[in-house]
Amino acid sequence: MSDVNVAKGGITLAVIAAICTALVALTFALTRDRIVANEKAWLERNLLPALSGLSFDSGITESKLTVPAPHDLPGTDDAIIYRVYAADAPVAALFVVSARDGYSGPIRLLVGIDVNGAVTGVQVLEHRETPGLGDRVEAGKSDWVRQFDGRSLINPTPDGWAIKRDGGEFDQLTGASVTPRAIVNAVRQTLLYFAANEASVFAASEPAAQTERNAE
Amino acid sequence: MGIPFFERLKTGLWDENPGLVQLLGLCPLLAVTTTFVNGLGLGIATLTVLMASNALVSATRRWIQPQIRIPIYVLIIASLVTCIELVFKAWFPALDRSLGIFIPLIVTNCAIVARAEIFASRNPLGPSIVDGFVMGSGFALLLMVLGAFRELLGQGSLFAGLDMVLGGTALRGLVIADGGWLLAILPPGAFFSLALAIAAKNMLDRRRAKARREPVSTTELTR
Repeated sequence: MSDVNVAKGGITLAVIAAICTALVALTFALTRDRIVANEKAWLERNLLPALSGLSFDSGITESKLTVPAPHDLPGTDDAIIYRVYAADAPVAALFVVSARDGYSGPIRLLVGIDVNGAVTGVQVLEHRETPGLGDRVEAGKSDWVRQFDGRSLINPTPDGWAIKRDGGEFDQLTGASVTPRAIVNAVRQTLLYFAANEASVFAASEPAAQTERNAE
Repeated sequence: MGIPFFERLKTGLWDENPGLVQLLGLCPLLAVTTTFVNGLGLGIATLTVLMASNALVSATRRWIQPQIRIPIYVLIIASLVTCIELVFKAWFPALDRSLGIFIPLIVTNCAIVARAEIFASRNPLGPSIVDGFVMGSGFALLLMVLGAFRELLGQGSLFAGLDMVLGGTALRGLVIADGGWLLAILPPGAFFSLALAIAAKNMLDRRRAKARREPVSTTELTR
């Protein structure tokens, strides 16, 4: 390739790169608002079941607290806590954590805990467990996750916080015990964290501190 | 030009189906066809990218020197896929969640770069768009057939979750049996299903060729 050709090729590439970038930028600008709205709606739809039976008057995603890794919650990435209040008194905290010991990649979990330390609901947000086996932990596929409702660190006692195969009180799933075991452990670890840090979980609620007031 | 549209459509859907005959783009093909709606979603996304990339490659073919054509194809395809991903996130969020990484991975679908190289870089805009449409339809159709087949065998349902495309409330589809043969949804099921589809196509082709040969053997001109 002669020098002239190299220059010409470079210019062609640059022009096409600029056009393509403009195309992506335009699409991004056109879709941005819808995408943000979709993600907020998706999040609220997933958080809501963990709040059934509670009365609260604050927005669910308004009071978000990010706990940077490393922390004592399950998972090695940042954990997120959404706090819910009624007349400025804490009602419940929703933890978004990751169980690392699933069958196939991290399991993103939502664990709701009320001020008394009882589980208000557990939801599996994201996972890559085997279809037909481990994926029955999804709320839409079976009632498995409902067995956590109302549980706490004293119900069952610490040695009961395991699946039945391991001598605990929680059902496993037919053909899948790795996934349920990972989730039971993650829920228990979240409860332990909440018991040890309850004050700080709700304390950081004042507008200052590390709170992000719906920044995203 | 010269070749009528329906002839071209038949080429894309059957004679030179990118998935069945050319065996291109197998990675997404095997990975996402666990349900009909996944196949439909990825099929539509691939079809759109293929038409748009053929159009862009064809429109710019005069200015592209042969030495830098591949980087340019990659650039064009990657940008289009990014746009499609954003559009899916905005208008079909549930489907985007279900397909996950396989939407961005359309970039690596060699069926697209193959059509750019084989067809769009040598033909005018109109025929290139038609080519993108017929080849994309062939790929999408195969994705849907495999998806429906594996969903039926593996979960005992058909067309479950169509709300991800159509919107509205959750649709369970046609439930024929509760649960099914798990292997069909797992990766080996993907290979078995594709093999069955290819075998069925070859069988039909052979039977047709034989039927054609027997009455008038003089018309055996093509292939």
